Amino acid sequence: MNLNRDGDTLMTLMGTTGIDFPGGTVDFIPEMKFIYGSDKERIPCYRVLDDNGQPIADHNFVQVSEEVAVKMYTDMVTLRSMDTIFYEAQRQGRISFYVTAIGEEAINVASAAALAMDDVVFPQYREAGVLLWRGFTLQEFANQLFSNKYDNGKGRQMPAHYGSNKHNYVTIASTIATQISHAVGAAYSLKMDKKDACAVTYFGDGGSSEGDFHAALNFAAVMEAPVIFICRNNGWAISTPISDQFRSDGVVVKGQAYGVRSIRVDGNDALAIFSAVQAARKMAVTEDRPILIEALTYRVGHHSTSDDSTKYRPANEIEWWRVARDPVARFRKWIENNGWWNDRAESELINNLRQRLLHTIQVAESVEKPPLADAFSDVYDIPPSNLREQEQWLKEIVKEQPQEYPANISV
Amino acid sequence: MDYGFCDLLVLVCLIEDPGSKMWGVVRHKSIRPAFSTIRHFSSAAKEINVREALNSALDEEMSADPKVFLMGEEVGEYQGAYKISKGLLEKYGPERVLDTPITEAGFAGIGVGAAYYGLRPVVEFMTFNFSMQAIDHIINSAAKSNYMSAGQISVPIVFRGPNGAAAGVGAQHSQCYASWYASCPGLKVLTPYSSEDARGLLKAAIRDPDPVVFLENELLYGESFPVSAEALDSSFCLPIGKAKIEREGKDVTITAYSKMVGYALKAAETLAKEGISAEVINLRSIRPLDRATINTSVRKTNRLVTVEEGFPQHGVGAEICTSVIEESFGYLDAPVERIAGADVPMPYAANLERMAVPQIEDIVRAAKRACHRSVPLAAAA
Repeated sequence: MNLNRDGDTLMTLMGTTGIDFPGGTVDFIPEMKFIYGSDKERIPCYRVLDDNGQPIADHNFVQVSEEVAVKMYTDMVTLRSMDTIFYEAQRQGRISFYVTAIGEEAINVASAAALAMDDVVFPQYREAGVLLWRGFTLQEFANQLFSNKYDNGKGRQMPAHYGSNKHNYVTIASTIATQISHAVGAAYSLKMDKKDACAVTYFGDGGSSEGDFHAALNFAAVMEAPVIFICRNNGWAISTPISDQFRSDGVVVKGQAYGVRSIRVDGNDALAIFSAVQAARKMAVTEDRPILIEALTYRVGHHSTSDDSTKYRPANEIEWWRVARDPVARFRKWIENNGWWNDRAESELINNLRQRLLHTIQVAESVEKPPLADAFSDVYDIPPSNLREQEQWLKEIVKEQPQEYPANISV
Repeated sequence: MDYGFCDLLVLVCLIEDPGSKMWGVVRHKSIRPAFSTIRHFSSAAKEINVREALNSALDEEMSADPKVFLMGEEVGEYQGAYKISKGLLEKYGPERVLDTPITEAGFAGIGVGAAYYGLRPVVEFMTFNFSMQAIDHIINSAAKSNYMSAGQISVPIVFRGPNGAAAGVGAQHSQCYASWYASCPGLKVLTPYSSEDARGLLKAAIRDPDPVVFLENELLYGESFPVSAEALDSSFCLPIGKAKIEREGKDVTITAYSKMVGYALKAAETLAKEGISAEVINLRSIRPLDRATINTSVRKTNRLVTVEEGFPQHGVGAEICTSVIEESFGYLDAPVERIAGADVPMPYAANLERMAVPQIEDIVRAAKRACHRSVPLAAAA
């Protein structure tokens, strides 16, 4: 903070070569020169593995152990299997809603792998992979999707809006971008407590147009908050392409405008994501500063189960990203080349996952729904009298007219 | 948000002398309270004004709990646009008294995030009119997170600042948000009137585990009220959700909150001279609403007048009326009278402004109507 609050000093320092203005000296120039809205040369994108999973010459990445790399890969595959099978369950009418992260598995899992468990995650809704990495079980995912009594959200949220205090994963808000400023607040809290941790928030290219994004970056810079902003720029906000979303060179340049250190990363290169997030985390935690990461990727799936994206984007575009730029296949090639993975391990993993996932659905479906009392708790820390009265009335009505209420829901 | 027009010159002026030229302060200094309550009390109790009451409550709670911090526009160096945070920056430092950039949605959201993760923020809106920019965070984030997370995330945050009509500041700076926020489950909405209310309710709000919207009144900040030794003790705290009977009576119940409590008490004095004994209820808490106290009073007086500065439709009076109809319909001897602000955006012109907000004589007339007394048509004022 080097704000010059002394007006007199400010005026006298307006010399001929420059002005000592709050934030540093600004040079004077006689030419009238407008800054272009965007440079011809776009901000380059950091990647270390090519499309075939081969390390690029002069690469600069953080070394990953075999154990971590194999977990990263299996979690990416798990996330994709989850998405495929739960998506089908929605199509069969067994759950009401679902969102997939297909095509964005590397951002999900590799960023999670680079963080510490104490780091507090403020997700949007396409980051189930972060929760998976942190140990949320397939059954826990299924319980939330089926809103049964074991859902740790008590069945109150739409499917795929997970949340778990135990995993430092803040309950997902449906509102776009509000989580970005919450992350800054939590980061400030961590800083006040002198914790060796940062807050991390995820959002999309569409979310970067919300006021919350701009407020959050500005506040994070001013408050020197240890927070990592991870933008999954996947090209599409439902049907709105990024050309209709902004005219800047993506999202990364906005960080600079707010005085936030920023980097653009290939979102389909798990190793680059891992390296960038780990470096970002180190800077955030040790230097108390915010970092913005723009990951370039593509939403291979539809926006959600409420969407059919073939109506507004060419099928061959989706196909190209699905096949030629698949982040999971790319990372598999790299771990195979390292001798850490093979076809046998792959088929075992896939078969096993399918069985386990189908089992979780069967279990989740058969578990009863949350009790009626859960409709009234948690509105406040202690229920006020009007809610207690309403709960009492409802219980009496159920008692009087049991035939009108499902027998498998406890009162 | 309100001095977005600040150009460099204004900025330089501000840096030179943060006391003289800022728009908000010019406005503040030019305002006189619409009425001056010179109240006579026989007791020799100590008097403090509402500003001092709020300031001491903040100070004591910040001193008691290191997790409490204050943030907002101008709360630090400038000590608040209305000087509520006077002396706090000096005492607690810039980490706990945060001057923020001018984005209500920004600092409301950041406050909510800080509350999610262990702190107890007190967020000051320069006025509640500006909270509209942040209402997404107040309603969708603060009020709902405990429920949505199944109790995993509590949000112990206070949003506070002046609310309601000030004087001569037009449509966008004169509005009561009590019924707006009170319609949302998950929030608690408090409306202090006196210095005792201000101290006891603000301390309760800060200690409460749920999000609280704390609606002050600019025109009351400078008003002094007697306070008991008990209310001056740092352990003092008022219960949330309990109304206070400010004056007992037997003929008609008058409910009011914030500045209107003073008006209702004045009206009760006038009514007493005419032989009508009015009971005045200071609601203190709009959500939870103390339905029991209101209904008990109505069952005694059999008549009800509700008073508020806000718009009439879906207002606090409408809710009180519903409660009485539901619980005490058989006790009513007259239709409920509802006094509220006019159903128009606040006019600037002083004569129109006066007509747009409830006046003491409006309350007197309504009470008389409820008591079946003849009311002359001509305005008493």
